[in-house]
Amino acid sequence: MSVAVIGALAVFVLVSAVWVVTLHNLFRAALSLGLVLLGVAALFIALEAEFLAFVQILVYVGAILTLVIFAIMLTARLQTDPSVSAGRQRLPAAVASLALFGLLAAGTSGLVIDRAPPPPAPRLDALGQRLVKEFVLPFEVVSLILVGAVVGAIAVAAPRSKRPAP
Amino acid sequence: MTATSLTLLLSHALFCLGVYGLLTRRHAIGLLLSIELILNAAALNFVLFGRAFGTVDGQAVALFIIALAACEAVVGLAVILSLYRTAKIVLADQATMLRG
Repeated sequence: MSVAVIGALAVFVLVSAVWVVTLHNLFRAALSLGLVLLGVAALFIALEAEFLAFVQILVYVGAILTLVIFAIMLTARLQTDPSVSAGRQRLPAAVASLALFGLLAAGTSGLVIDRAPPPPAPRLDALGQRLVKEFVLPFEVVSLILVGAVVGAIAVAAPRSKRPAP
Repeated sequence: MTATSLTLLLSHALFCLGVYGLLTRRHAIGLLLSIELILNAAALNFVLFGRAFGTVDGQAVALFIIALAACEAVVGLAVILSLYRTAKIVLADQATMLRG
């Protein structure tokens, strides 16, 4: 994949990500998160992981982002209070995260990842085989966690029953 | 600069932006958005290295990351909604009811 395409996608994702963490209006920040997720999905396609790109759009943009926007609308009355500042400790946080970025970039700058003949892209049927053979235990554990998370979320967020306390 | 190292730098930047959001946001849902940024950076890294080494394991782990991110968002939003309903609180640093 050409560097120009990756660079354009990187600029798009970075600008949206900056919006996600800096916009005062949380609703707009959530919509910018949708842009970030779409950009990362496009990067997945550029990395020849088309199935993951579809999963990303389906699960992240389709489900998680909808849920987040739903929650933002449910709690919208309190977040528009002008006396509440959107952020705190901006300068130390910016310094800390820039230092972290410098550390990560310095740590991986000497890394030679690209092999001389690029290896063939992983195939989708290989991914399926791997998921139900070597990774079958984590796969089942993830499905167990999903069920537990959904049941737990319902138990936490459901209104209390009207039964009198014993 | 090759496409691989450019993507690696992008995932570093996404991760650090997520950390910045975690440090500065006060709204609990804003914290969740930052966590999603961090998880996406990790998934991007896994896919990138899996592609670079020609193995399918990176995509499998990225799939697990997306599933666990869904769990995390569901539970986090349930807690936030419950907190909002019982105490009218949406800012993470206001939830001090358990302070002794």
